[in-house]
Amino acid sequence: MARALINVPAKAKRGEIVEVKVLISHPMETGFRMGPDGKFIQREILKSFACTYDGEAVFSADLHPAMSANPFFAFNMVASQSGVVTFSWTDDKDQTQVQTAKIDVE
Amino acid sequence: MTGFSTDRRRVVAGLAASASLLAAPRALGQAKPKVVVVGGGFGGATCARALNRLGIEVTLVEPNATYTACPFSNLVIHGSRDLSAQTFTYDAIRRDGIAIAAEMASGVDADARIVRLASGATLPYDRLVLAPGIDIRFDALPGYDEAAVDVMPHAWKAGAQTALLRKQLESMKDGGVVVMSVPANPYRCPPGPYERASLIAHYLKTQKPKSKLLVLDAKDSFSKQRLFQNAWKELYPDHLEWVGLAGGGKTTEVSVKDMTVVTEFGRHKADVANIIPPQRAGRIAADMGAADRSGWCPIDPVTFEAKLRPNVHVIGDAAIAGAMPKSAFTANAHAKVCADAVATLLRGETPGEPKLINTCYSLVAPDYGISVAGVYHPAKGVLADVEGAGGTSPLEATKDVRALEAKYANAWFQIVTSEVFG
Repeated sequence: MARALINVPAKAKRGEIVEVKVLISHPMETGFRMGPDGKFIQREILKSFACTYDGEAVFSADLHPAMSANPFFAFNMVASQSGVVTFSWTDDKDQTQVQTAKIDVE
Repeated sequence: MTGFSTDRRRVVAGLAASASLLAAPRALGQAKPKVVVVGGGFGGATCARALNRLGIEVTLVEPNATYTACPFSNLVIHGSRDLSAQTFTYDAIRRDGIAIAAEMASGVDADARIVRLASGATLPYDRLVLAPGIDIRFDALPGYDEAAVDVMPHAWKAGAQTALLRKQLESMKDGGVVVMSVPANPYRCPPGPYERASLIAHYLKTQKPKSKLLVLDAKDSFSKQRLFQNAWKELYPDHLEWVGLAGGGKTTEVSVKDMTVVTEFGRHKADVANIIPPQRAGRIAADMGAADRSGWCPIDPVTFEAKLRPNVHVIGDAAIAGAMPKSAFTANAHAKVCADAVATLLRGETPGEPKLINTCYSLVAPDYGISVAGVYHPAKGVLADVEGAGGTSPLEATKDVRALEAKYANAWFQIVTSEVFG
């Protein structure tokens, strides 16, 4: 399973626009590369990524073979209330991984 | 060589044989052609001497009275070498009969073929060679400005910065944290940060064993990576931690006030911070329009003539030299090829295609050397690797082999510095 680095500010003021950053360690194997045996290396990419904030979707993306290894996402959201930010991503085998971070809104 | 008299004979012979000489550069037939070389480092100093040997009237523009070499300066930081061993004068070059303008080149008028000096004096040239090395990009890393270098040295230009980093390491308490920040490509000396990391780790392990070095890197892969990482695992497992791009290693900001290095995912407090910042070609290259948007200078791989400024040649770190890394060895090789091309062009002839060699030695410990060597040739408009040539040190080797490579590294430095400055 992929390892992820997540940066959500631990604290924010109500209404503040905060930056969220996620880096998922993943080879994003395109399926177009040939291995030393002359056969194509099987495609293995993350297909989708989504972020919810207190259950509400704030960001989502479909990923494709042209995207780099170790995809990095950075986006902004409005800190409306204290809660849990949930990140999930799904690979080619339809396995979904979930990670969460807490944000404390004053 | 007595190139000039040969040239003149050729010119005379050419006059008799063909009228095409009328189209030849203006310098021929009248005065000795003049070449100005800006920058007295490994590239510029080598080039000035090579041009001089080819019978060309050379002026070397270099404001500093001495040159402090970067290769081996990591041993000064390590504490086992004196900075004076890195310092060279221009006396021998002057004795060759090369004129040295000991001041800053403030600009170039490419149309009039004139280099302007800080004093207001001007130097006319038939061809210009720029070897300006690198400048630190103070606009590229938030928090890292001209004042920050006194607190968080880059030590990426040898001299006072090298001594400062050494002093900071020396005065750090045992148990301290050293943070090193490494930029994305391209930058001067690709394996340099990893040699430095190794030698700092060696110093900590032997002198301040409770301390640690954290290397924050904007890349996932680097020169001689497996050799370095195998050695780190073996020699410095408790003293050196490397974090690559995929691990969140890219530095996004530094704070001199808090002695903190910030990445996308964390803040790292440092007792000593060595920030190797993003770089670009020396200022004069950009000022005269020889550099492109990358900050570096595209060149013709046969003549080193700047693609953006005809009649101006760019060598060494400032040039975009394709597969050739930015190293002293490379600059020295560029300089010889470029001098020959300049002389050939001044004769109105076409330079032949060169082959160039680079070898980069790195010390993983004072008695543990590794190397990478490459051979390059012009292909498809750039300097490309000659496939199958060159190579790196073996992944598995005895201590004797590593010690021998450390000796080779020393020998290379002796040879190249005596060739360039001796």
